[in-house]
Amino acid sequence: MKKLIHFIPALIIFTMTTPAMAALNIFACEPEWASLAKELGGERVKTFSATTAYQDPHHIEARPGLIAKVRRADLLICSGAELEVGWLPLLQRQAGNTKVLSNERGYFEASAMVKTLDVPVETMDRTMGDVHAAGNPHVHLDPRRILTIATALNARLAELDPQGKEHYQKRYSDFKQRWQQAITKWQQQASGLKGKRIIVHHRDWVYLFDWLGIEIAGALEPKPGLPTTAGHLVSLKQALKLSPATMIVYTAYQNPRAAKRFSQMTNIPAVELPYTVGGAEQVNDLFSLFDVTIKRLSGERQ
Amino acid sequence: MNTYSIYAGALLFASLHSVSFAANQGNFNPDISLVIDGRFGSYSNTTDYALPGFMLGGEASRGENGYYLGHNELIISANIDDMFYGKLTTAIADHEGETEVELEEAFIETLAMGNGVTIKAGRFYSDIGYLNNQHGHSWDFVDAPLMYRALFGNQLVDDGLQVSWLAPTDTYLKLGVEGLRGGRFPSGGAAKDGKGVNVVFAKLGGDVGVSNAWQLGFSHMSAESNGRAAATHAHSTVTEIPTFYGNSQYNIIDFVWKWSPKGNSRERNFKFQAEYFEREEDGRVDMVNSSPFETSTYQGKQSGGYVQAIYQFMPRWRAGYRYDQLEATNTGSDSGVLDEAGLSVNGHTPKRSTIMLDYSHSEYSRIRIQYAKDDSYADTDNLFFVQYIVTLGAHGAHRF
Repeated sequence: MKKLIHFIPALIIFTMTTPAMAALNIFACEPEWASLAKELGGERVKTFSATTAYQDPHHIEARPGLIAKVRRADLLICSGAELEVGWLPLLQRQAGNTKVLSNERGYFEASAMVKTLDVPVETMDRTMGDVHAAGNPHVHLDPRRILTIATALNARLAELDPQGKEHYQKRYSDFKQRWQQAITKWQQQASGLKGKRIIVHHRDWVYLFDWLGIEIAGALEPKPGLPTTAGHLVSLKQALKLSPATMIVYTAYQNPRAAKRFSQMTNIPAVELPYTVGGAEQVNDLFSLFDVTIKRLSGERQ
Repeated sequence: MNTYSIYAGALLFASLHSVSFAANQGNFNPDISLVIDGRFGSYSNTTDYALPGFMLGGEASRGENGYYLGHNELIISANIDDMFYGKLTTAIADHEGETEVELEEAFIETLAMGNGVTIKAGRFYSDIGYLNNQHGHSWDFVDAPLMYRALFGNQLVDDGLQVSWLAPTDTYLKLGVEGLRGGRFPSGGAAKDGKGVNVVFAKLGGDVGVSNAWQLGFSHMSAESNGRAAATHAHSTVTEIPTFYGNSQYNIIDFVWKWSPKGNSRERNFKFQAEYFEREEDGRVDMVNSSPFETSTYQGKQSGGYVQAIYQFMPRWRAGYRYDQLEATNTGSDSGVLDEAGLSVNGHTPKRSTIMLDYSHSEYSRIRIQYAKDDSYADTDNLFFVQYIVTLGAHGAHRF
């Protein structure tokens, strides 16, 4: 034990890695925000994503590796609206980093910059499952909202790193132009999807469907956040007899079994959508995220 | 133990009222949650519980036969302002027909010291070891590992101050010191004018790829006891209480490894956890209330630990195994006194094997069955438990 105590100072020196060359150290709770920060910040920012497309952002543990990252962050970018309620407050409390507390400018909550959907209108309690008082937090699947968030994030980057103001503004203008063109293109590609009825695994898709005019025909989860049951699938099938659906969608982090089983029961095709950056092989930024999502929704194999 | 039975009902009522109010507002500030822990237990031994070589105290027990309630807790926490976070935990339990409210935790913690420094003050679970600062309702088994039961009466909780520092490194490295009162088991008597216990700890951790995460901890505690009373058995009308006076040195190594496919713990995940403890004690044991007065010198050397593995093999379902083993070498001038204090080993090595299976319908409810072959003392016991733990109110934190 005594030997170990001598060992600790040596270890501290060893683990002190060289400081980042970038002006801002950004900790993104989800990959979509790391991607957006890279678009806007370029080489002036160093980004880290706490989660991958294969992880359910509701169910992350405040593990040591994440606490160490928050300790050195200048800016946290998170979806908010309670999506990270199980782990982010703990990271903020344990990291001892004043800059990134929720009341500070080093905390950027994406869902607070846009109008959220699915805000509970009546009383809310746990029998309703994993519902969020601030509305549905999966705001990044509407590219119009992404643009609003990018505008706010651009201002925040310039505020935290005033020397880079021109750099950020230039990158933002460039991103905005390319993004608006892309939205026009996606809307044309997706024009045939309007009015379609699609079954979802979880209500991750509310914003995407709101943008494209797609209707949610039902969810495989009986309540948000609760696993599928056989009984629920039977009643869902029953309900579809009256108003049919054309597709079942799920994400890379959700178990495909429920979607595949329901697909067998109903002969409706089940399609995995990338959900976020990294959720499919070709999806390495926000542009390819929507390219692939719309192609798959349109029934193209990709 | 602080007993305010009169207030129990009122406190509970007032808090439940706030829970429903908060829920209706869709606003959980402060975070209020109520934990209900109900159990059914079955064991066959009728002799008093003991761990030969260890003076038991605190909440050390094997549980009850039949239906009973475990630790029901009311937890209130919030950011106080931009500088402090505060938390209060009260346990509500039945003890010999009376409802007791025990103040388990009441502390404030700094939010805005910066530079990785956090200061905590009040009554809190010490950061010694891995499991110690976790609440009973988040344990993976109904009961604590035997070494926690033997050394701390399940958990080390005390009044004091903690200062910790998180290094600005990619590898997680946290160093901390605690100064504690030493008024409660296993210390007692609040020696050195209420500054009887000192703790230092270091925790290291990190990720290996996206699927693995680990943490390794070292802790040391130095404690002065000015009267640690052991659990007693009444002898006719007079109760003789074996009481320890002296110095104790504790060392703990803890290790946790967690795995989940692609880091997605929702579907499947695995956790390996092990802790090893050593304690050396030097002092005397008095038999308080004995006539003629009995006392003995006492030098103790105790060690032991546990290893456990928990596997979530499908959503909602987890299975686990735990193995405990302890040993002690204690010497003193009067073997009769040591025997009364539970410090005689009598050639027995306490050990226990436990298996459990639990089902969590949501993050807020869990039902568990557990079986243990318990060789704590010479007569092997078979312990069977059914437990349900539910949380009402605020969303709990996903701790590592």
